[in-house]
Amino acid sequence: MFENLSQRLTKIFDGLRHRGSLSEDDVRTAMREVRVALLEADVALPVVKDIIKDITTEAIGKEVLESITPGQQVIKIVHDHLVKLLGGEAQALTLQATPPVVIYMVGLQGAGKTTTAAKLALYLKEKQGKSVYMASTDIYRPAAREQLAQWGTQIDVPTLPIEAASKPLDIVKAGYKEAKLSGADVYIVDTAGRLHIDQDMMDEVKSLEKAVPGTEILLTADALTGQDAVNVATHFQEHLKLTGIILTRMDGDSRGGAALSMASVTGCPVKFSGTGETVDGFEVFHPDRVANRILGMGDVVTLVEKAAASIDEEEAKKMAQQMQSGTFTLDMMKAQLEKMSSMGGLGSMMNLIPGLGKMQDQLSQAGVDDKMVAKQIAIICSMTKKEKVYPKVLNGSRKKRIAAGSGTSVMEVNRLLKQFRDMETMMKRMKKMGKKGMMMQHLKDLFMPGPK
Amino acid sequence: MSWFQRLKDGLQKTSEKISDQLKETFTARKIDDEVLESLEEILIQSDLGLKTSMDLVEKLRKTKLIFPDDKPAHEVVKAFLQEELVKQLEGAEEPLVFAPEEGQLLRVVLLVGVNGSGKTTTAGKLGAKAQAQGLKVGYGACDTFRMAAVEQLQEWAYRIDVPCYTLPQGSDPGAAAHRAVLQAAEDGLDVLFLDTAGRLQNKSHLMSELEKIYRVVGKALPGAPHEVLLVLDGTVGQNALSQVSAFQDVCEVTGLVVTKLDGTAKGGMILPLYTETNLPIKAIGVGEKIKDLDRFDAKAYTAGLLGIE
Repeated sequence: MFENLSQRLTKIFDGLRHRGSLSEDDVRTAMREVRVALLEADVALPVVKDIIKDITTEAIGKEVLESITPGQQVIKIVHDHLVKLLGGEAQALTLQATPPVVIYMVGLQGAGKTTTAAKLALYLKEKQGKSVYMASTDIYRPAAREQLAQWGTQIDVPTLPIEAASKPLDIVKAGYKEAKLSGADVYIVDTAGRLHIDQDMMDEVKSLEKAVPGTEILLTADALTGQDAVNVATHFQEHLKLTGIILTRMDGDSRGGAALSMASVTGCPVKFSGTGETVDGFEVFHPDRVANRILGMGDVVTLVEKAAASIDEEEAKKMAQQMQSGTFTLDMMKAQLEKMSSMGGLGSMMNLIPGLGKMQDQLSQAGVDDKMVAKQIAIICSMTKKEKVYPKVLNGSRKKRIAAGSGTSVMEVNRLLKQFRDMETMMKRMKKMGKKGMMMQHLKDLFMPGPK
Repeated sequence: MSWFQRLKDGLQKTSEKISDQLKETFTARKIDDEVLESLEEILIQSDLGLKTSMDLVEKLRKTKLIFPDDKPAHEVVKAFLQEELVKQLEGAEEPLVFAPEEGQLLRVVLLVGVNGSGKTTTAGKLGAKAQAQGLKVGYGACDTFRMAAVEQLQEWAYRIDVPCYTLPQGSDPGAAAHRAVLQAAEDGLDVLFLDTAGRLQNKSHLMSELEKIYRVVGKALPGAPHEVLLVLDGTVGQNALSQVSAFQDVCEVTGLVVTKLDGTAKGGMILPLYTETNLPIKAIGVGEKIKDLDRFDAKAYTAGLLGIE
């Protein structure tokens, strides 16, 4: 998500990394670049200025520390600062109140409140074992309440029955009563989207919150937002005591500076991020990991979690056994390639691995991208069973057939076979070496195919 | 109230702030580095983007502005900036055509964009406008993915009493589009608005889905869609360009609709967008009512942006 910013900062600090000491000039040069990078990442200007000011003072002041390179020192300062701005540690919801704990979802139109309400409900239900009740007070947008009701049916969370003539205040009260009667732990109120400067609508949500006080008031905001993020967050914060932010569309390719802007001006932590079309695309926001990613330092934790989620344990065991025995077949290679795409493809994985983020451009120029992975899978799929087990039988005419069948060229088939042989050799070597270090080397080879 | 007035009202919050800032910046009757830097910051905060902002400032630096005694300095600068911006937006104003052209059986307007940008609402409003022109209007709901998206469009159709063609939730959106076009042609409609599901531009499977919808519509009715409108949220930042180019990759976008400009968002990305892509801005939205979605007027827009009376 923040790849562009992280690429930039990596480039900037690469320059610093090779120097022995850090002068005031160095810091200022780097900070000019940081400013550009942050602005281009849609971090709001006032926030950028604050960040730059704080970091500059800090970086120049700490110049004397010699244990690490100056570049690393600056990175650390920037990193810590961003983490702090984003809310420090990953922050959980406050659920220690008399049930039902009331959670309000507020935000602009189209920020993704309703979908996020459903995602949050499912998260609380599945990850925290809470019983949840939902109601929508959006009587304005056509079919908004139906949208929440349909989600409720899909994720098996009860919602307040829709009555055409109800007013928001009646709805929020009725919902509370129902939630209490049904013994729900959490009551999620999905409110109508409103402009932060629409006084009537802001008064409305205030009156709802007055009648049924919320323990959590979550501002749902779009990660694609530009400079306006600051205004939106400030206004909502002025009217309602926000307790947290949920950033949606974090799976887009925006640089997501809105996260920094909003967290910084409200002082509220970003608690969750929405990352997808489906109801499970919802995760706890980890400031530390995100800041790491911003700085191109990789996010190994997320990678491991993603891998764990997409690899079936049994399957993994089987594969590991096969690998240990030194056998490696084209079928196994295909399985690995497929695993990789199911983990979000090359790009998303590379961002997570330290140092690889900045290689993305070079790789895509060299034609190494997700399309290539898809092609390789297609090539293997076009082989017969026999060919997959004994690739040695692949002669010119077989290769031609495979190329035609997979919509590739014989050259590409050859390249895949070479890669396969390299991996096979590696497996054999690994068997001698033992398991240690297998995964990293393996990954690197996957990313850097071709002649060594 | 005239459209010009509504647009100005809608953008008022925007312009007030910029206007105040400009006034503050240009109290002195000369332009030095400090002044230029704060001007650059004002522009950046309007989402004009770093490059456009820096270019404008550079132009101002190179231009010898004359400050007459009877005019406040900030107004001189504003007038200069407006002229520049209007020049850059030349050709960006292009009205929407709803009526089928000569020889066209049915005009098909396809709405595309990322999630939450306001496609369904825009489709609804455009339909009402076309109907007001005396045309026979219909909707096609191809967002068979999002919960209650179809119902949302059906509600619009119900309000203005026109048909809304769709398939059940979960159906193939291409099939829904195909059916809608055929049905609309059979029912003798003049214009059909096809609403599609929101999709982030970096999701390749969703983008190929759109490519298919686009293709299928062309098969159902040769020449269609006659208009592909990319709906952009006015609060979006520098990601707008990535959105436009990705959508252009899979279908022939004919114009932009920029929504939600009645907040504090300045919609400054319109400028770099137009310079980069040359896609006309076919409509902008400055409020919730049907009449608040109207044609884009570069002069009114830039005046609103800069706070020119």
